[in-house]
Order: sequence, then structure tokens, then C-alpha cells
Amino acid sequence: MIWFAAALLGFAAIAWGFRFAGQVATGRAPYFRDMTFGVAYGYIFAVAALVWLVWAYLQGRSPDPAVANKFFFLRIAVEGFIVFAIGAWLFRLLGRNVGTKGTKRLFRSMPLTASFGIMMILIYVFVAVFASFLAPYGQAEIIRGVPANIMPGGDIALGGNPDFPLGTDQIGRDILSRLIYGAQNTVGIAFATTVIAFALGGSMGFLAATLGGWLDQLLSRIVDVLMAIPSLIFALLLMTIASVWAPRLGIPQTYFMILIIAVIDSTRVYRLSRAVGQSIVVMDYIEAAKLRGEGMGYLMFKEILPNATAPLLAEFGLRFCFVFLTIASLSFLGVGIQPPLADWGTMVRDLGGFVNFAQFAPMVATPPLLAAGAIALAGRGGQFRGGLDAAPVFGVEGLT
Amino acid sequence: MGNVLTIILQRLALGFLTLLVVSVVIFVAVNLLPGDFAQSILGQGATPESVAAIRRDLGLDQPMVTRYFSWLGGALQGDFGSSFAQASFANFTGSDSGAGSVAQQIAPRFANTMFLAAVSAAIAVPFALVLGVLAALYRNSVFDRATNIFTLSSISSPEFFLAYVLILFLAVLNPILPSVSNIFADMAFSDRLEKTLLPALTLTLVVTAHMMRMTRAAIINLLSSPYIEMARLKGMSPLRVIVRHALPNALAPIINVVAINLAYLITGVVVVEVVFVYPGIGQLFVDSVKFRDIPVVQACCLIFAAAYILLNLTADIMSILSNPRLRHPK
Repeated sequence: MIWFAAALLGFAAIAWGFRFAGQVATGRAPYFRDMTFGVAYGYIFAVAALVWLVWAYLQGRSPDPAVANKFFFLRIAVEGFIVFAIGAWLFRLLGRNVGTKGTKRLFRSMPLTASFGIMMILIYVFVAVFASFLAPYGQAEIIRGVPANIMPGGDIALGGNPDFPLGTDQIGRDILSRLIYGAQNTVGIAFATTVIAFALGGSMGFLAATLGGWLDQLLSRIVDVLMAIPSLIFALLLMTIASVWAPRLGIPQTYFMILIIAVIDSTRVYRLSRAVGQSIVVMDYIEAAKLRGEGMGYLMFKEILPNATAPLLAEFGLRFCFVFLTIASLSFLGVGIQPPLADWGTMVRDLGGFVNFAQFAPMVATPPLLAAGAIALAGRGGQFRGGLDAAPVFGVEGLT
Repeated sequence: MGNVLTIILQRLALGFLTLLVVSVVIFVAVNLLPGDFAQSILGQGATPESVAAIRRDLGLDQPMVTRYFSWLGGALQGDFGSSFAQASFANFTGSDSGAGSVAQQIAPRFANTMFLAAVSAAIAVPFALVLGVLAALYRNSVFDRATNIFTLSSISSPEFFLAYVLILFLAVLNPILPSVSNIFADMAFSDRLEKTLLPALTLTLVVTAHMMRMTRAAIINLLSSPYIEMARLKGMSPLRVIVRHALPNALAPIINVVAINLAYLITGVVVVEVVFVYPGIGQLFVDSVKFRDIPVVQACCLIFAAAYILLNLTADIMSILSNPRLRHPK
């Protein structure tokens, strides 16, 4: 801590010297003459940070395990960053040259971060769809014939087994397989939940917009109240009740969770679709359809919905990401997706304690971090998708 | 002035009405539970007499409306009834020391949670403001982009990911801070602070992005105004222009977003407390959810909702108060 503060002070001195040297060397060129101290400090700080990063990366590659272990994760992060950046760049290159005219144009004006997001979404979808082909073992399969608790890393000297690159968990299930199936379960359940939330919130919102009057008032006030309770807290409360009902009715708790989160999330969708619907309802073609004597369903789904698709789709990506994070948090707290289904939140909770052994054998700490990182990346991908359609990444709602 | 007072009173009334309705929702939701609480406390050994006795003790034989008002009346006086888990225990040992009351369980934990939230806010708010001002000062530079990416990634990650990454780097690989926050009642302030720091840092990372982006946006919004141009033409340094001239006028949206984030802090503690085994109200809430200790769940839920609504109400009122057009009507 003290060293850090001292280094910051040292940077200040070096930055001043850097600017002074620049002024002298270039004969007070405008660039150096008008440079504020903050900019000079920024340069020095950035250079120092880069030097430290390179040094730490080299430390991570050192042959001495005691030194390398300490910088193992930094090394992985740096390498992962480079690999993903190159991957995103190649993916964008591919998109610019392959596909229809529309997609080519889309990729041409795309920043690297957005192409990264789309690439990640495709990877997740691929893994989720083909999980049963990709995973070497079943998600609930307890592997016989080998001892349980195999260490991750496949290093036999440390108690690993190359057949199980990420080891097995406390009752002998292959962690890699569970990670892969986790994509299927977590992403699939989050997707189903978001679809239900949109079906519910969207139709209610359009209904309120079309009919107006007391129904609109009633629905809006209900939504106001539901939104006044923080969503995670409300979900936890309802899950308590669901956990009592589930065994009595013989319905898995996971179905209750899907329904609960869908209802809580549909309030946000309701707000949007009602607002969008209200601006469409006043159009002349709606009036014309009403005069033709079209029914309610026709008005809502044939007239309003096609004209509200763009904002709703933009919202879908964003909502998916929040639903996904809520489900992951619930599972992490132990009331979300229930075993034997593999899911990332539960895996983080079960394996999280291993992070504490990272300084001795860094590979041991990787499974929980991989699971948590997969959740974080998925949340990120949803936001990139949302950002692409110019949906507000930072709404007040975004945080709740 | 009379105008703004009416608006604020309206908002206050609306806020308390919301709170009341929310309490009804929570109460009704809990009463959707199947079966009988008394039966579930006693489990296998339930005789009709003991069930009736417990029902009478807990007031479960009253009609629902009566129970709601007695619960709400108690809650307003800080009495949330008795915890099921503790009640059955007290019953079993035959001693009734009052340890079973929900309020007694919640009070110390509530203080701990408020401490955590206060420490997080004390770090996050200045941090976010400074970052926001700097990002506005060096807008569109490498620094701006780097902070943008950093804060965006921290906000979209789940809290437990940030928590474990912080544990990994600050507690395990470089043992600077403890990874488990075991806090006792009679603990020196410095010890307490040290153990709270890591969860507080996690929460800081979660809430900083929103506040920082808002500060930056609010300041940049003002930078094209004529009076900023004037200040610049006077020859003021860019930092001085921002801090002296732009920031005071940008305060309204910033205060609003700070209050909203504080509301988020109060409720966002749940996951963080579980990761760090921090003895706060969030952990109690999650534990009671698992044990189905309904009175505790009910009370925690009400407290969280109340904190959330009150802070959002504060944000609302602050933004009304800081709007000069409302304060000085024509």
C-alpha cells in the first residue's frame, strides 16, 4: 500500500520532468508547452502500467512455480484478452466478406467490441445447442472406477487426471461436462424466461395501450407496486413460497423460478410495450382497422406488434442479460436452478472455496472462476447486443 | 415555494402509500404458503393440542386482516414477531429468554449492513465523481475509453464474480485484506473497517459505473453552454472550468443518480454478504429463505423494500429541490 502511494508520487515527479524535458528538447513546441500536468501524468502512468503488465506476464511464465503461481491468473487474463481480441477481429473480417449485403454492411461499421459480443453469443448458442455432443460425460453422471475429487489441471503429480481436464467435483462428476451443460441449462432457462416475460409483458402492455381506461390504470398501478420492490429480494421471497409448494404439487422448483422471474421481469417489458403501443394506437391505420371492425387480437398482433418490433427486440437483448444475471444470482444463493441440473451459479457456490488455495495450485481455483466468468461474459454479450441497437445500457431500470 | 412544497408532499404521500401497498403484497405473498405454520414447526410429533397452542401463541387463529394489522402495527414499533426457527428451539428447551424475537436477530445485523453500505458509499461516491470529472476533462481520450470499458465490464458482471476476483487478487495471491468478514459486536473500529473493506470494494465496483457515467454525461452536456465558453475565453484552466462552473450546475442529475445507487447498494448487499460471510441482514435473509423462517423473511423483505422505496423517494425529492424552475416559479 505504501509502495503504491510512493510510486504514484514518484510518477508525479517523473511526469513533471518528462514535460520539462520535452519542452527543452523541442524548444517549447506547442504540444509540450500547452500540455497540462494531468496529461503528462497520464502518459507516465500508462507507460508504468504497461511495463508492469509486461513484467508480470513474464513473471507468470517463469520456470519457478512459486513465482509463476502468483502471476498465473494475470498471464491467463493477458493471453485470453489477446486471443479473444484476435478472434473478434477475425470474426469481423469474416462477417465483412461472407454473407448477404445487409450483414456485410452491418459488420463494416461495427466496432470490435460489438463483433466480440456477437461472436460470444454465437459461441454460447453453439455450446448450448450441442452440449450433449461436446461434453465428454453426462451432467449428472457420477464417474465410477476413478477416485472422486480429482484436481483440475490434469497434472498427475498434483492428483489430477488428464481424462478430466478440470477435475471432478465433490461427488465425482466431471466439471468440464457440467460447465458445458451449464451453458445449455443456464442460457436455455434464461431464454425461456425472457420469452415468457415478453409474451406476458408485451401482450399486457399492448392491451393496456389499446383499451386504456380502467384496465390500463389497474395494470399500471399493479406494475408500479411490483416495481417498487427490489427484484432480487422479491424473487427470493417468492422462491421461499415456491420451495414449499413445489414438492407438494410435484412440479420442479425450477419451473416456479422461471414463472416468478418472468412475472417480475414482465413489469419492465410492460412499461416499454405500453409506451410504444400508445404512440402506435393513435395512428390512422389503427383507426382504419378499428373501423373495418377488426378484433382485439388482430389489432394487437397484426397492427401494433409489427410496428413495435424494433424497440422490443432491442430491449430483448438487454432484458435477457438481466434475467440471466438474476437467475445466476438466485442459483448462487442456492434457490435457483436445482440439482441435478448443472448450472453455473450453483457451480460457483459449490466450488468457490477453492479460490482460497490459488497460491499453492492455481489450477484448483479455475473451475469457480471459469463458471463465474462465463456468467459475466454472457451478461456482457447481452449488453453489447443491446448497445448495438442503441438501447440505453444505463437506464435506471438497468440496475434494478 | 408553495408549489414545490405541494409537489414534495404529494411525492411523500405517494411513497408511503406505495410502502403500505408493498407491505400488503409481502404479507399476502407469505400467506400463500400451503399448510399450517404450527404443523411445520412441530413436524412429526404434532398433536392437535400442541398445534392449537402454537397457533394461539403466534396468533395464527386470527383472521388474515387482523393478523396483517397486528403485524404492521408491530413492525412500525420495531416488533416483527418471533422467529419460527428460534421459537421452536425456545419451546424445545422450555426457556423463553426472548431470543426468539425477529427484531433481536435483525437489529445487530441491520447495523452491520448499514455499516457496509456506508463504507461502500464513502468509497464509491467520491471515486465515481472524481472519475467522472476526469473522464469529462479528458473526454474521448485513451483515459476516457479505458475507464469506460473498465466500469462497463464491472457493472455487467455478477457481484459474485467481482467478489471472487477481488478475493483472488487482494486476499489470496497478495494477502492484503482478509477474505472472510467475521465481525463481532465489540470490535475495534479499525479491525471492523479492515474486514469490511473487501465487500465494500466489490460493491464499489458494482455501483461506480452508473454514477461515473452520469457525472461525465451531465458535465459534457453543459460544456457547450455560452457561460462555459466565456470561462474558457477568460483563460481558466480546463479543470477549473469544470469544477467551478460546470459541476455545480450538473449536480441535480448527479445527486439523483447517487441516491438511486445507494438504494441499489442496500439491496445489492445480499449476494456480496453471502460471498464474504458478512453477518448482515442480507445473509440472514438468504438463510431464512433456505430454512423457510417466514417471519424473518417477511421482516427482511419489508426492511429492504422500505430502504429501497425511501431512497428512491429521496432521489425524487432531491431532483425536484435542485430544479430551480420548480423552486422559483414565475
